[in-house]
Parts: sequence; structure tokens; C-alpha cells
Amino acid sequence: MIEGILIGLNTALSIKNIIMVMIGCFAGTIIGMLPGLGPMTAIALMIPITYGFEPSTGLILMAGVYYGAVFGGSTSSILINAPGIPGTVATSFDGYPMAQQGKAGKALAIAAYSSFAGGTIAAIFLLFAAPSLSKVSLAFRSPDYFGLMILGLTAVSAFSAKGHFLKAMMMVVLGLMLASVGQDTLSDIPRFVFNNMNLADGISFVLVVMATFAMSEALSIIFKGSDPTQAAKQISLSKLGSIKLDKEETKKMVTTIPRSSIIGFIVGVLPGAGSTIASFLAYGMERNFVKDEEKQKFGKGSVNGLSAPETANNAACSGSFVPLLTLGIPGSGTTAVMLGALLGFGIQPGPRLYQTNPEIFWSVIMSMYIGMVILLILNLPLIPYIARILAVPRAFLIPLILFFSVTGIYLMSFNNFDIYLMIGIAVVATILRLYEFPMPPLILAFVLGGLMEENLRRSLLISDGSWAFLWDRPLTLCIMITILFIVFWQIYNSYFKKK
Amino acid sequence: MQISPIKIISLLFFVFSGFYLYHAYQIRVFAFDENAPFNAKTFPILLGYAGIFFSGLYIVLPEKRPANVNLSVLDYKRTITLVILMIIYGVTILKAGYFLSTSVFLVLSYITLGEKRWFWVFVLSFPFVAIFMFLLHGLLDIYLRDPLLKHLGIIG
Repeated sequence: MIEGILIGLNTALSIKNIIMVMIGCFAGTIIGMLPGLGPMTAIALMIPITYGFEPSTGLILMAGVYYGAVFGGSTSSILINAPGIPGTVATSFDGYPMAQQGKAGKALAIAAYSSFAGGTIAAIFLLFAAPSLSKVSLAFRSPDYFGLMILGLTAVSAFSAKGHFLKAMMMVVLGLMLASVGQDTLSDIPRFVFNNMNLADGISFVLVVMATFAMSEALSIIFKGSDPTQAAKQISLSKLGSIKLDKEETKKMVTTIPRSSIIGFIVGVLPGAGSTIASFLAYGMERNFVKDEEKQKFGKGSVNGLSAPETANNAACSGSFVPLLTLGIPGSGTTAVMLGALLGFGIQPGPRLYQTNPEIFWSVIMSMYIGMVILLILNLPLIPYIARILAVPRAFLIPLILFFSVTGIYLMSFNNFDIYLMIGIAVVATILRLYEFPMPPLILAFVLGGLMEENLRRSLLISDGSWAFLWDRPLTLCIMITILFIVFWQIYNSYFKKK
Repeated sequence: MQISPIKIISLLFFVFSGFYLYHAYQIRVFAFDENAPFNAKTFPILLGYAGIFFSGLYIVLPEKRPANVNLSVLDYKRTITLVILMIIYGVTILKAGYFLSTSVFLVLSYITLGEKRWFWVFVLSFPFVAIFMFLLHGLLDIYLRDPLLKHLGIIG
């Protein structure tokens, strides 16, 4: 391993690769900040450029973009409640209320420190535990994955909208329904296409996330006649002092970061789970760990509530490289794009990558440390300037959000139909938002829809059509009991508990 | 008797789930796959039932937290105008080109939202879009389809 680390350091510390990490982090932060343009789009745009580089350099650039975009996505989640990626949806739960209270600088600082700490701790885990951790993920079978995904969706519904569990579950089903549009992955049979060729490939994630977050948020602001920038204008015009954290806030972060790093890393290692589930699980678990007094602040600007998902999503980013590099299985949609890029380089990731291309494996791991340091140096000094985005008048901010949303889709498809579909979904989402139907469960369900179906398919085929796979394995049984507990507890709490 | 708007939305979702379920049953699968433990319509059918179950449950159970939305204060005029502008933007973006349609969309949106500082309205439309296009097309080499600029020989 020592030899591998030295090879990795040698490669990652070359001037060319350090510059690549810097460019990647910077470009990723900017792209990630734009609502709807997340790491998947950013990395996909980078693929043609990286083909001119050596594989390790190309991968280092893409890894930098990945971290930068997650970092930037948190910024847009906090400032304008428009997460660029699902992994930062949970960040908006407490980050956005903080920004609305005029604490945008503090919220961004908490996010920056938590991301740095989570990413660094997870990179250390990755360095020492990658080989053995990949064995843990191998122990999971399709029924466990299926159960874990339902658990994630149920937990999101329970935690993202207190007292609105059934509304959240309707949003989950709607998200899964949207994900089912298009050709079936295995048989290529068209589903819900209605003879429209534009729907044959399904609905893109970027379209749905921009419609339900960026666009519907912008329309909601106009519809309600509110001005979200009003409260934050004062803070954005104030000086650097606003990003400083007091002792109590630091103390809260110190307790949250280690446990959220562990959750984030473990969930990130599991193929298919990724930073979204990690951030939501960390958010939910943190809510259970804190005292009742702090629990009341969740969803209203809690430091723990912001630090937990930020730590976990960055830890999960590092963790998601384990299955990608050691097993050749992407841990998230973004690493799936990277898998495509690796195959383009003629490299087949898997257990043999250790032996055949050690410089790639270790240089990517080493570049993570460098990337984390660069992100911290890059983001913190820029925070007051980033916060100034909120000082932009509403009359300019709203059209610019709509413009970025439409541009994101236009760049992906050059297709009018996608723009109309996005507007249609955004209008429906605006009405649903008005009546407090939560959007995060819809997005998570949409992202997990394909994977859920795939794992259900495998489980049912292996068990020959019997649903006993849900309780045959102790691990699956535990997951299912937890799900049932959450469902019944939420319904009981919402409808039958006497207050 | 006044029916809660959320119950009406749930009812609409109930009907939508029924419609989805009907179409899920209509999905044509291969003959050899018809009786397989899992085929292309298994998951959608489950989703249809799940939608009916959760929306049905919301309709049946008593509403503990009714929505309190004052419909009279909502800004319908500006919202609908923005939606119409976006649709027109979508219609023109391929024909008129990215630069012109985006710039015009931004100008009209700023005006719709009450902006009267004409200098900033101009700066944040035509020049802003030109710089944005240069960054994407010129520096990052991201292809932007624009028949008008191509016709004028500005982009290749």
C-alpha cells in the first residue's frame, strides 16, 4: 500500500495534475452553483476535453469537478433554495431558512467547513479501508438494495415534511412514475410514451430537478409576491464578520461531523445509494441524536441540520469511488458518468485495477486531499462575494434563474419538447408547493426509480416470483421492519395521536 | 360544504394513478415474458396501486392540518405572463437562435417584473448573453446551436 501511496502522490502532485484539480474545483463550484447544472452535467461536459489527457489526469480533473459541483450545489441550495444536485437537497432544509434569517454567510461557512471535514475524513477512510469496505458492499444483495432504497424514500418523506407524510409519499410515487416513462431498460419495451418519440429515452433528471426546484421556486416567489432576497440583502452587504462561527456553533459541528462522516462514507460505498441517501440519512439521524431543544430548530435553520447533510454528502462522494474503482460498479449517477469516461480511456475498473493501473487508483485518492484543501481555500474567501448573489434585485434574479434552467435543458437536448415539458412540470410543482407538497421526496424517488426497479427485478427473478425475499434474509427483514415502523408511526402521529 | 384544496389535489392524484394503472396494464410485453415473475409492466402496476393507496388514504382520513392559502393575494398576472414568455422562448430558441431569443426573453421578463433601470435591463440581457455564449462556446467549446449567428458568420 505504501508503494501505491507514493505512486499516487507522485502523480497527483505533478504541476499539471495540481492545476487540473484547481481548474476542476473552480469550474465545478461555478457550474454547481447554477441551479440545475450539477456534477453530472459538469462531468459529462468535461468528458470530451479529458480524452486529450492521460487517464489519470482526466480522472483527476473529473474528480475535482465532482467535488467542486457538490460544493457549489450547496451554495445554491443555501442561497436560493435551488439544489443543483439531489445530494444537496437536504442542505436546503436548514441552509435556506438560515439564509432567509440573514445568516447566509454563516450557513455557507458551516457548509464549507463541514464539506472539508467530511471529505477529508472520508478520504482517510478510503485510503486505509478501501479493500475491506468493498467486501461489505459485496455482502449486500438485490433485496437489501431494494429495501434500502424504500427505507431512504420513507425516511425522506418522514423527515422532510413534518406532519405531511402522506403528501410526501404521494410525491414519492409521482417521482417513481415519472422515472418509469421511456423504454424499459432490459426489454426496450416503450412505457407511457404515447407514440411520442421525445419520451422514448425517458425524462432527464436535470429536467425534473430544474423544473421542481429552480423553476418552480422562481415561479412560487412571483406567485406569492414574496421577495426572498429582502432579509439576506442586509447580510450580503455586511462585511466578512458574518462568516465567523461562535463557540456554540463550532461545538455543535464538532459533534456532528464525525458521525455524519461515517454514515456518509458507508452509504457512499454502497452502490446505488450515493450522496443523496447519505445526506438524508445523516439529516434524519442527526435529528434523533440532538437534544429536544435543537430538534425544534430542524427545518428552521439548525446548525446540526445543516452540518450533517453537508458532511455526509462529501463523505459519500469519496465513498462512491470505492465501488467504482475496486468493483467497477458506480456508487451514484455521477460516478456512472465517470465509469463511462474510464471505459472511453480503455480502462476497465474492477478488482484488478489495483494491479494493472495503480497510478490511476492511488492518484485519484491522493488528489482528493488536494481537492479538499483547494475547495476550502477557494470557497471560504469567496463566501462574502457568493452571498452577494442575494443582493441581486428580484426582477433580475428570477429571470436569470429561469434562463439558467432553460439553458441547462437546451444544452442537453437541443429540443423544444424538453423545454415545454419542463415548464409543464414546473407549473404543476408550483401549485403543489403552494399547498405544501414537498419536492425532495419526488426528486429522490425519480433518481432511484430505475435502480429500484432493477433490484426488484433481480429479487423477484431469483425468488421465482415469491415476495418472500423481503423477509428471507435477516438484513432485508431488519430494513423492512424499520420501514413499516416509520410508516405506521408517521400515520399514527399525523392522524391518531391525541395532542 | 367546503372541500379542502389538498383533498381535491389528492382526488386528482387518485384519478391520475388510476389512469397510470390502466396504461400500465396496457403495456405490451413479449409473449414469453407474459407470465414471467417480472416483466416491463410489473413495477408500473405496483406504482399505480401505491398511488391509489396513498391518495385514497389522504382522502379518507380526517385532515388535521388544512392548508391556509389566501388565493386572493396571489400574483396570477405576472406568473402567467412569465410562463407564456417561457413558452415563447421555447418556441423561438431553435428558430431565432439562442442569442436573440434569450436576450429578448430576459428583457421582457425584467420589464414584466417591474424593472425600470433600462441600463441594467440592457447590460443583463444582450451583452450578458453574449459573454455567457462566449464562455460556453468560445472557451469551453460547448456547442450552442444558433442559426442566426451562424448565418451572420459570427459562430461556426
